[in-house]
Amino acid sequence: MRGVRRPVVAQFARARGGGISLTVGVSERRILARIFTEMLELVGDEDEPTDPLAAVLGVGRIGTSTSAPEDPALARLFPDGYTDDPEASADFRRYTEPSLRAAKRLGLRTALETIAEPGRRRMVITFEQADLWLRAINDTRLVLGERLHIDDDWDLVAASLPQDDARHGIYWVYDWLTYLQETLVRSLL
Amino acid sequence: MSVAPVELDLPEQDESVATDKPWVTIVWNDPVNLMSYVAFVFQKYFGYPKAKANELMMDVHQLGKAVVANGSREEMERDVEAMHGYGLWATMQHDT
Repeated sequence: MRGVRRPVVAQFARARGGGISLTVGVSERRILARIFTEMLELVGDEDEPTDPLAAVLGVGRIGTSTSAPEDPALARLFPDGYTDDPEASADFRRYTEPSLRAAKRLGLRTALETIAEPGRRRMVITFEQADLWLRAINDTRLVLGERLHIDDDWDLVAASLPQDDARHGIYWVYDWLTYLQETLVRSLL
Repeated sequence: MSVAPVELDLPEQDESVATDKPWVTIVWNDPVNLMSYVAFVFQKYFGYPKAKANELMMDVHQLGKAVVANGSREEMERDVEAMHGYGLWATMQHDT
Protein backbone atom coordinates (compact mmCIF):
# COMPACT_ATOMS: atom_id res chain seq x y z
CA MET A 1 0.00 0.00 0.00
CA ARG A 2 1.28 3.39 -0.83
CA GLY A 3 0.63 6.21 1.50
CA VAL A 4 -0.36 9.60 0.26
CA ARG A 5 2.61 11.91 0.29
CA ARG A 6 1.75 14.62 2.72
CA PRO A 7 3.06 18.07 2.01
CA VAL A 8 5.59 19.11 4.61
CA VAL A 9 5.81 22.57 6.03
CA ALA A 10 9.39 22.99 7.12
CA GLN A 11 9.93 23.64 10.79
CA PHE A 12 12.40 23.34 13.59
CA ALA A 13 11.58 21.76 16.93
CA ARG A 14 13.35 20.61 20.04
CA ALA A 15 14.52 17.04 19.43
CA ARG A 16 13.65 14.53 22.16
CA GLY A 17 17.10 13.01 22.26
CA GLY A 18 18.81 16.40 22.43
CA GLY A 19 19.57 18.99 19.80
CA ILE A 20 17.16 20.52 17.31
CA SER A 21 15.24 18.74 14.60
CA LEU A 22 14.48 20.14 11.18
CA THR A 23 11.60 18.68 9.24
CA VAL A 24 11.66 19.68 5.62
CA GLY A 25 9.98 18.53 2.41
CA VAL A 26 11.74 17.80 -0.85
CA SER A 27 10.76 20.98 -2.64
CA GLU A 28 11.40 23.11 0.43
CA ARG A 29 14.84 21.61 0.70
CA ARG A 30 15.46 22.51 -2.93
CA ILE A 31 14.43 26.11 -2.31
CA LEU A 32 16.66 26.36 0.75
CA ALA A 33 19.63 24.87 -1.10
CA ARG A 34 19.19 27.28 -3.97
CA ILE A 35 18.79 30.37 -1.87
CA PHE A 36 21.68 29.57 0.49
CA THR A 37 23.91 28.88 -2.53
CA GLU A 38 22.96 32.26 -3.96
CA MET A 39 23.70 33.84 -0.61
CA LEU A 40 27.16 32.24 -0.58
CA GLU A 41 27.83 33.78 -3.97
CA LEU A 42 26.68 37.16 -2.70
CA VAL A 43 28.76 37.04 0.47
CA GLY A 44 31.72 35.71 -1.52
CA ASP A 45 32.53 32.02 -1.49
CA GLU A 46 36.24 32.58 -1.17
CA ASP A 47 38.51 34.39 1.21
CA GLU A 48 38.95 37.94 0.05
CA PRO A 49 42.28 39.66 -0.43
CA THR A 50 43.81 40.71 2.82
CA ASP A 51 46.40 43.28 3.63
CA PRO A 52 49.74 41.67 2.62
CA LEU A 53 51.62 43.63 5.27
CA ALA A 54 49.34 42.25 7.96
CA ALA A 55 49.99 38.74 6.67
CA VAL A 56 53.75 39.29 6.82
CA LEU A 57 53.55 40.73 10.30
CA GLY A 58 51.27 37.92 11.36
CA VAL A 59 48.72 40.23 12.90
CA GLY A 60 45.81 38.29 11.54
CA ARG A 61 43.54 39.01 8.67
CA ILE A 62 42.98 42.61 7.91
CA GLY A 63 40.67 43.49 5.07
CA THR A 64 41.29 46.09 2.43
CA SER A 65 37.81 47.57 2.16
CA THR A 66 37.22 50.69 4.18
CA SER A 67 33.75 51.73 3.09
CA ALA A 68 30.35 50.05 3.13
CA PRO A 69 29.58 47.84 0.10
CA GLU A 70 27.65 49.60 -2.69
CA ASP A 71 25.06 46.84 -2.91
CA PRO A 72 22.52 47.85 -0.23
CA ALA A 73 21.94 44.20 0.67
CA LEU A 74 25.65 43.67 1.34
CA ALA A 75 25.80 47.00 3.14
CA ARG A 76 23.07 45.69 5.45
CA LEU A 77 25.09 42.53 6.17
CA PHE A 78 28.27 44.56 6.75
CA PRO A 79 27.17 47.88 8.24
CA ASP A 80 29.34 50.65 9.63
CA GLY A 81 30.54 50.02 13.16
CA TYR A 82 30.47 53.59 14.46
CA THR A 83 27.43 55.84 14.66
CA ASP A 84 28.94 59.07 13.33
CA ASP A 85 32.57 58.42 12.62
CA PRO A 86 33.42 57.34 9.06
CA GLU A 87 37.14 57.17 9.84
CA ALA A 88 36.72 54.87 12.82
CA SER A 89 34.15 52.87 10.84
CA ALA A 90 36.72 52.37 8.07
CA ASP A 91 39.29 51.06 10.54
CA PHE A 92 36.68 48.87 12.22
CA ARG A 93 35.71 47.45 8.83
CA ARG A 94 39.29 46.58 7.93
CA TYR A 95 39.67 44.63 11.14
CA THR A 96 36.27 42.95 11.32
CA GLU A 97 34.82 42.47 7.84
CA PRO A 98 37.01 39.52 6.75
CA SER A 99 36.12 37.49 9.84
CA LEU A 100 32.50 38.58 9.64
CA ARG A 101 32.33 37.38 6.05
CA ALA A 102 33.94 34.10 7.05
CA ALA A 103 31.40 33.68 9.85
CA LYS A 104 28.50 34.29 7.47
CA ARG A 105 29.95 31.79 5.02
CA LEU A 106 30.24 29.24 7.80
CA GLY A 107 26.56 29.68 8.65
CA LEU A 108 25.46 29.25 5.05
CA ARG A 109 27.74 26.26 4.46
CA THR A 110 26.55 24.59 7.66
CA ALA A 111 22.94 25.00 6.58
CA LEU A 112 23.74 23.65 3.12
CA GLU A 113 25.48 20.62 4.60
CA THR A 114 22.49 19.80 6.81
CA ILE A 115 20.11 19.66 3.88
CA ALA A 116 22.59 17.97 1.55
CA GLU A 117 21.82 14.51 2.94
CA PRO A 118 19.44 13.05 0.40
CA GLY A 119 16.14 11.39 1.06
CA ARG A 120 15.58 12.45 4.62
CA ARG A 121 12.71 14.52 5.89
CA ARG A 122 13.87 14.96 9.41
CA MET A 123 17.35 15.89 10.44
CA VAL A 124 18.77 16.51 13.90
CA ILE A 125 21.36 19.22 14.38
CA THR A 126 23.38 20.30 17.40
CA PHE A 127 22.76 23.58 19.23
CA GLU A 128 25.94 24.97 17.68
CA GLN A 129 24.66 24.12 14.22
CA ALA A 130 21.27 25.56 15.14
CA ASP A 131 22.96 28.85 16.03
CA LEU A 132 24.64 28.91 12.62
CA TRP A 133 21.34 28.06 10.91
CA LEU A 134 19.71 30.95 12.74
CA ARG A 135 22.32 33.35 11.38
CA ALA A 136 22.06 31.91 7.87
CA ILE A 137 18.28 32.32 7.77
CA ASN A 138 18.46 35.79 9.27
CA ASP A 139 21.15 36.95 6.84
CA THR A 140 19.06 35.63 3.96
CA ARG A 141 15.99 37.50 5.22
CA LEU A 142 18.05 40.68 5.57
CA VAL A 143 19.14 40.41 1.94
CA LEU A 144 15.63 39.61 0.67
CA GLY A 145 14.31 42.43 2.86
CA GLU A 146 16.62 44.89 1.13
CA ARG A 147 15.77 43.57 -2.32
CA LEU A 148 12.04 43.80 -1.60
CA HIS A 149 12.29 47.11 0.30
CA ILE A 150 10.55 45.43 3.22
CA ASP A 151 8.96 47.80 5.69
CA ASP A 152 6.28 47.38 8.34
CA ASP A 153 3.52 47.41 5.69
CA TRP A 154 5.14 45.08 3.21
CA ASP A 155 2.22 42.66 3.17
CA LEU A 156 -0.08 45.44 1.94
CA VAL A 157 2.43 46.33 -0.77
CA ALA A 158 2.70 42.66 -1.78
CA ALA A 159 -1.08 42.32 -1.89
CA SER A 160 -1.39 45.31 -4.20
CA LEU A 161 0.96 43.87 -6.83
CA PRO A 162 -0.49 42.38 -10.02
CA GLN A 163 -0.89 38.62 -9.82
CA ASP A 164 1.81 37.88 -12.38
CA ASP A 165 4.41 40.07 -10.67
CA ALA A 166 7.67 38.15 -10.27
CA ARG A 167 8.15 39.56 -6.78
CA HIS A 168 5.32 37.41 -5.39
CA GLY A 169 7.65 34.41 -5.31
CA ILE A 170 10.31 36.34 -3.43
CA TYR A 171 7.76 37.68 -0.95
CA TRP A 172 6.61 34.12 -0.43
CA VAL A 173 10.14 32.91 0.28
CA TYR A 174 10.70 35.84 2.65
CA ASP A 175 7.52 35.10 4.55
CA TRP A 176 8.26 31.40 4.66
CA LEU A 177 11.80 31.99 5.99
CA THR A 178 10.32 34.28 8.64
CA TYR A 179 8.09 31.45 9.81
CA LEU A 180 10.98 28.98 9.70
CA GLN A 181 13.20 31.30 11.73
CA GLU A 182 10.46 31.82 14.30
CA THR A 183 10.18 28.06 14.83
CA LEU A 184 13.94 27.88 15.30
CA VAL A 185 14.06 30.74 17.82
CA ARG A 186 11.21 29.15 19.78
CA SER A 187 12.91 25.77 19.86
CA LEU A 188 16.09 27.40 21.21
CA LEU A 189 14.42 29.40 23.97
CA MET B 1 68.71 66.40 13.31
CA SER B 2 65.21 65.42 12.60
CA VAL B 3 62.11 67.12 13.71
CA ALA B 4 59.22 65.08 14.90
CA PRO B 5 56.44 65.24 12.38
CA VAL B 6 53.51 67.30 13.46
CA GLU B 7 51.14 64.41 12.70
CA LEU B 8 52.98 62.09 15.04
CA ASP B 9 50.63 59.83 16.88
CA LEU B 10 50.74 61.46 20.25
CA PRO B 11 49.51 59.27 23.06
CA GLU B 12 45.87 60.17 23.06
CA GLN B 13 44.21 61.36 26.19
CA ASP B 14 42.46 58.20 27.21
CA GLU B 15 38.84 59.10 27.73
CA SER B 16 38.41 56.15 30.03
CA VAL B 17 40.17 58.20 32.67
CA ALA B 18 37.03 60.28 32.96
CA THR B 19 34.67 57.33 33.26
CA ASP B 20 35.00 53.59 33.46
CA LYS B 21 32.55 52.89 30.69
CA PRO B 22 32.89 55.64 28.13
CA TRP B 23 31.56 53.78 25.06
CA VAL B 24 28.15 52.38 24.28
CA THR B 25 26.78 49.85 21.81
CA ILE B 26 23.47 50.82 20.26
CA VAL B 27 21.10 48.46 18.44
CA TRP B 28 18.81 50.17 15.92
CA ASN B 29 15.34 49.15 14.82
CA ASP B 30 14.88 47.60 11.41
CA PRO B 31 11.82 46.10 9.73
CA VAL B 32 13.29 42.63 9.09
CA ASN B 33 14.72 41.33 12.36
CA LEU B 34 12.16 39.40 14.38
CA MET B 35 11.31 40.61 17.87
CA SER B 36 11.76 37.11 19.25
CA TYR B 37 15.13 36.80 17.53
CA VAL B 38 16.43 40.15 18.82
CA ALA B 39 15.45 39.25 22.39
CA PHE B 40 17.05 35.83 21.93
CA VAL B 41 20.33 37.40 20.80
CA PHE B 42 20.35 39.76 23.80
CA GLN B 43 19.86 36.79 26.12
CA LYS B 44 22.35 34.55 24.44
CA TYR B 45 25.20 36.95 23.68
CA PHE B 46 25.01 39.36 26.63
CA GLY B 47 23.64 36.77 29.05
CA TYR B 48 20.81 39.14 30.04
CA PRO B 49 17.85 37.67 31.90
CA LYS B 50 14.75 37.20 29.76
CA ALA B 51 12.96 40.21 31.25
CA LYS B 52 15.85 42.59 30.54
CA ALA B 53 16.38 41.18 27.05
CA ASN B 54 12.69 41.68 26.26
CA GLU B 55 12.73 45.20 27.67
CA LEU B 56 15.71 46.17 25.52
CA MET B 57 14.10 44.56 22.49
CA MET B 58 10.90 46.57 23.07
CA ASP B 59 12.97 49.76 23.36
CA VAL B 60 14.56 48.99 20.00
CA HIS B 61 11.15 48.24 18.53
CA GLN B 62 9.24 51.21 19.96
CA LEU B 63 11.88 53.90 20.42
CA GLY B 64 13.95 52.99 17.39
CA LYS B 65 17.10 52.15 19.30
CA ALA B 66 18.48 51.00 22.62
CA VAL B 67 21.81 51.11 24.39
CA VAL B 68 22.51 47.43 24.95
CA ALA B 69 25.99 47.57 26.46
CA ASN B 70 28.65 49.94 27.69
CA GLY B 71 32.33 49.59 28.37
CA SER B 72 35.74 50.23 26.93
CA ARG B 73 36.25 50.92 23.25
CA GLU B 74 37.69 47.43 22.70
CA GLU B 75 34.78 45.78 24.48
CA MET B 76 32.23 47.71 22.44
CA GLU B 77 34.01 46.86 19.19
CA ARG B 78 33.73 43.22 20.15
CA ASP B 79 30.03 43.60 20.93
CA VAL B 80 29.26 45.50 17.73
CA GLU B 81 31.05 42.86 15.68
CA ALA B 82 29.08 40.13 17.47
CA MET B 83 25.80 41.97 16.78
CA HIS B 84 26.74 42.24 13.09
CA GLY B 85 27.45 38.52 13.19
CA TYR B 86 23.83 38.00 14.25
CA GLY B 87 22.60 40.44 11.61
CA LEU B 88 21.50 43.08 14.10
CA TRP B 89 22.04 46.68 13.06
CA ALA B 90 24.44 47.95 15.72
CA THR B 91 26.85 50.84 16.05
CA MET B 92 29.04 52.15 18.82
CA GLN B 93 29.70 55.66 19.94
CA HIS B 94 31.23 57.64 22.69
CA ASP B 95 28.83 57.98 25.57
CA THR B 96 27.66 61.56 25.84
